[in-house]
Amino acid sequence: MKLFEYQGKELFQKYDIPVPKGKLLTSKEDVSGLVFPMVLKAQVPIGGRGKAGGIRIAGNTDEAKKIMSDLFGMNLKGFIVNKILAEQRVEVEREIYLSFSLDRSRRMSLLMASGEGGVDIESVSDDLIFREWINPLIGIQSFNVRRIVSKLRLSDEEGKKVSRIIYQMYRLFREYDCELVEINPLVITPKGEVVALDSKIIINDDALYRHEDIVMEDMGLTALEKEARRRGISFIQLDGDIGVIANGAGLTMATLDALKYFKGKPGVFLDLGGTDDPEKVKQAFELMKKAKPKVILLNLFGGITKCDTVARGVKAVITKQGIECPVVTRIKGMNEDIAKDILKDAGLITTTSLQDAARRSCETAAGR
Amino acid sequence: MSIFVDEKTTVLVQGATGHQGRFHIQQMLNFGTKVVAGVTPGKGGEEVHGVPVFDTVIDAVNETNADTSLVLVPARFAKDAVFEALDADIKTIVVITEHIPFHDAMEFVHYAKYKDAILIGPNCPGIASPGKTKVGILPNGIFLEGYVGVASRSGTLTYEIVNSLSEKGMGQSTCVGLGGDPITGTTFIDALKAFEEDKDTKAIVLVGEIGGTAEEDAAEYIKEFVEKPVFAFIAGVTAPPGKRMGHAGAIIARGKGTAKSKIEAFRKADVKLACFPNEIADLVEQYC
Repeated sequence: MKLFEYQGKELFQKYDIPVPKGKLLTSKEDVSGLVFPMVLKAQVPIGGRGKAGGIRIAGNTDEAKKIMSDLFGMNLKGFIVNKILAEQRVEVEREIYLSFSLDRSRRMSLLMASGEGGVDIESVSDDLIFREWINPLIGIQSFNVRRIVSKLRLSDEEGKKVSRIIYQMYRLFREYDCELVEINPLVITPKGEVVALDSKIIINDDALYRHEDIVMEDMGLTALEKEARRRGISFIQLDGDIGVIANGAGLTMATLDALKYFKGKPGVFLDLGGTDDPEKVKQAFELMKKAKPKVILLNLFGGITKCDTVARGVKAVITKQGIECPVVTRIKGMNEDIAKDILKDAGLITTTSLQDAARRSCETAAGR
Repeated sequence: MSIFVDEKTTVLVQGATGHQGRFHIQQMLNFGTKVVAGVTPGKGGEEVHGVPVFDTVIDAVNETNADTSLVLVPARFAKDAVFEALDADIKTIVVITEHIPFHDAMEFVHYAKYKDAILIGPNCPGIASPGKTKVGILPNGIFLEGYVGVASRSGTLTYEIVNSLSEKGMGQSTCVGLGGDPITGTTFIDALKAFEEDKDTKAIVLVGEIGGTAEEDAAEYIKEFVEKPVFAFIAGVTAPPGKRMGHAGAIIARGKGTAKSKIEAFRKADVKLACFPNEIADLVEQYC
């Protein structure tokens, strides 16, 4: 789960990482106790806020009020602004990049740093990015930090401050089960202070159960995706018009790919998982219907899951609630023949292969 | 021969007494697996389908000759379960459990390395060598003894591919599910190395998906060290960046992990690629 900038900065404060003095605003009237000049930052879960007009500077109360009325309710790349972080402006001498993330290949935490902060790290050339890998069994060591800090061309005093921030970031990264803790930029002020101007934190969804202090905002999910999450169904909305229900994430992805091969556009990824529970099947179809696809493609492989049990569940929900669009099915595995009869009986289109099913789905969606 | 497990493998099941544990112990016994013990804290002294249950792994190891553990415990207890097995000197551990926090997985993967143990998973269906043994939850009915080695990051998709191989009469030496998480103990490279050395494996099938660079790493390894023919299917050509496609590991993050990049890497390593899962069987038949 991605955190908002302000949530990340609350965690930074908890870990004693300096951030600008600031206040979270949630309504237009809320301007009390602010010091000028200040930066008003729209809280949305996307990069490139500044360029899109989501970060503005106010020199006095009137300007602040004007900016706030502009920002609140503004649509920034699909996200409506309802929170603004107001911060005292920090003078910038230098900008540094720091992050901890996961190196999947080495299976270790990765510390990255660059003296070229303040820009998208992907646009920084590789020889200006410094990396240290942290083995989880020994944790971060002084030599890791020394090797990184020595490359950043800092004064002794600044180096000490940056080193301490790196240790604290690592603690936060581990203790809060983060996928990413990024400070970009970490600013060095003309007075030699070191301040985290931005925060980007992603917490591993699978570990959220042990971080109950984090308020879930489900950022970036559609209303239907949120509903699916509540029901424990793996459901992703895409921009096409064919809804796919399959069992297993890999098979569901492969089914979407097959549609693309026949020039169709997948609109929903719905992974039933290893279940043949009629209640789950019913919920899956209910969700799918709400997404209003032109066609539904049901692709099942019954290994341990019995095809006929799923087919009975599908038939039950369709006879009871009806269905507004054609359903193309492809069933393979345990008891597939019985399953096919049940589905045919329910008025669904049965096919013999994934290719056949994908082709028929695409033709139907295109109105052919 | 086979890789990682064989007919001598003796299995203990951690999380033996739940619904899943009972069901899969029966399925493994039917497959011919030597399931010698179950472990569930507080349930010592019980039996599951004639298999004795112990309170701790060390008791189970002392009383039986278990050398391999199948971990079926819920995610929040999984790290402890794996550490317990490693501490008892279990040398092969198969972790089925899904949704384990990856920081936990990172720790036990490195501890397994330190203990010189093979760790398969987490979030995987396990491993099966037809005619020999199965340690996992893969369906029994899809397998056939033979010469194709299969390594995969997904479950059902692998069953589909194995089933289509079997239908064409092309059996499998070993099929190993590596897992759909961002951190896994065994990688494509480990599987490739083992299959290349295995006399009974004549062709290798890899089932990959978006996320990470495991396929790109595998392609580099194949170029240098693998003589046997390799076939692959990659899922997720249509996956948009930033969306987690069902598996925790199936996500294109910061421009890395696209299907395109994996397909190109495999192509350069002379790996034959299938457009559809069932095409794998056609390709293997054509080349072998």
